[in-house]
Amino acid sequence: MSNFFFKVLRPGVNTTYQDNGRFGLQHFGISAAGCMDKESFFLANALVRNKIEEGVLEFAYQGPLLELIKGNAKIAITGNVTFNIINLKGETVNGECNRTYNLLVGEKIDILATKESVYGYLAVAGGFVVKNFFNSVSTLVKGKIGPNEGKKISIDDEIIFNKENIISKNLFVNIFPKTVNNIRVIKGPQYDYFSKLSQEEFFSVNYKITTLTDRMGMRLEGPAIENVISTNIRSEGIAKGAIQVPADGQPIILLNDHPTIGGYPKIAYIISADYDLLIRKKPGTTLSFKCIELSEAEKAYKEKQVKISQIINNIREIN
Amino acid sequence: MFKKLNNIGDSAVICDFGEEVNHAVNSNVIKLFYFIEKQSKSKSVIGITNCTPSYNKLLINFDLQKTNSKKIVKFINSIDFNGLSLERKKKEWVLPICYDFEIDLNNMSKKLQLDKEEIISIHLKSIFYVYMIGFVPGHPFMGDLDPKLFLNRLKTPRIRVPAGSVGVVEKFCNIYPYESPGGWNIIGRTPTKLFNNKDSSRPCLLSPGDTVKFKKISKKEFNNY
Repeated sequence: MSNFFFKVLRPGVNTTYQDNGRFGLQHFGISAAGCMDKESFFLANALVRNKIEEGVLEFAYQGPLLELIKGNAKIAITGNVTFNIINLKGETVNGECNRTYNLLVGEKIDILATKESVYGYLAVAGGFVVKNFFNSVSTLVKGKIGPNEGKKISIDDEIIFNKENIISKNLFVNIFPKTVNNIRVIKGPQYDYFSKLSQEEFFSVNYKITTLTDRMGMRLEGPAIENVISTNIRSEGIAKGAIQVPADGQPIILLNDHPTIGGYPKIAYIISADYDLLIRKKPGTTLSFKCIELSEAEKAYKEKQVKISQIINNIREIN
Repeated sequence: MFKKLNNIGDSAVICDFGEEVNHAVNSNVIKLFYFIEKQSKSKSVIGITNCTPSYNKLLINFDLQKTNSKKIVKFINSIDFNGLSLERKKKEWVLPICYDFEIDLNNMSKKLQLDKEEIISIHLKSIFYVYMIGFVPGHPFMGDLDPKLFLNRLKTPRIRVPAGSVGVVEKFCNIYPYESPGGWNIIGRTPTKLFNNKDSSRPCLLSPGDTVKFKKISKKEFNNY
């Protein structure tokens, strides 16, 4: 095994190994998990020339402080993140997202905060040394599944990576992250459980994202949605992006670490193309929903894939 | 075989087998589940990422990069339901249970007008069928309990129910794989680990469609288990 590693001097509040997700175990109660913001995840790997789905470190709000103890490393940080690099002279250099850095033994990265976003990503060239569980290195903390015994990163952990970096030119890409208030959805099979007035309101009012939001779900606050049929349905399989409405009428959007089965009616589902945009929205901000048809959602997804490839193709050397 | 097929967002569909919940309906759900899993493994169908059976429904998630709703619906509609069989032989499990770890037997005894020993003996006689697994990893939803033991959920759920606790509500019996909050009536505890986060080839002991019978053990046997 490789012995190039960072040491964790401060773990951050929610730092985990993640990749594209773990599929094929939902019938055992294991949701896919995986990176919340896929676009930023793919970009982090593309910048350090990894396989696009290589495992990365995901952090939220406050990120980790890491010291490079052995080996030089090529890294990239994506998301909307404030971070510093503390060099060998002890100087603090402001870091920039969406570019690579050659880190030398003894240097530190201090990931202070995700600014106008929630999740950020750290990729290292060659990838981290983490144990696969069912073809994935994603951490599902709730089920204690994945690398690091399914736990968040903690202080003094060693973050081991596969290969030593040979210092080379750095790469960058310009992206212009947009914040969007209007998130597109498709009606859910229990849409008709809700009153006509609530259906109209659902697509016209603003909902506030509450602080009761994590990798499992995003709780919203707004006018109570009135259920006119039944506030419980027979428990059924849950898909990521489901907007369920419990008896109190306040919607909950189910995210990557969602329960696999649930018995609340779902008014709508977030379309795949807008999921990353939803994920980037911070607690305290508002959002609204727009109803579209399946064919439009599929088209939007294709456009999003094209956009991601364009961003990756625009990666350039820093002169 | 199923009654309805609905889109779930843009990257899943759900097969609805009708409102009734019983073994016959559920075993049809599970037959379809195993068939799709097999077709997916042999690459006869591309892009299915997860397949989740519940009492009367089967949720099928897919990867929009590889397929779409139209192709998945076409695939499902092409299946000859009469030709489906249970791909996997169901397992009959006997799980140890220690009733000394009950929390609710006294209350149940009052509500049901049965003494504790009667409740235990009825519970021990039942052969439970695993309808589905989920909510959290490894958590089985089993039935059917003898109607003599039917009870509602606790009015106020407990903040903490110990791992391994065996609970009953209505016609269902479940086992908490982890310490978690819970509103079921707890009648005992099993030392058997339902979920193994170290073994990716077999992380979950039970599978949908299996059966479970309980075997009474003493506190001493529990502690030595």
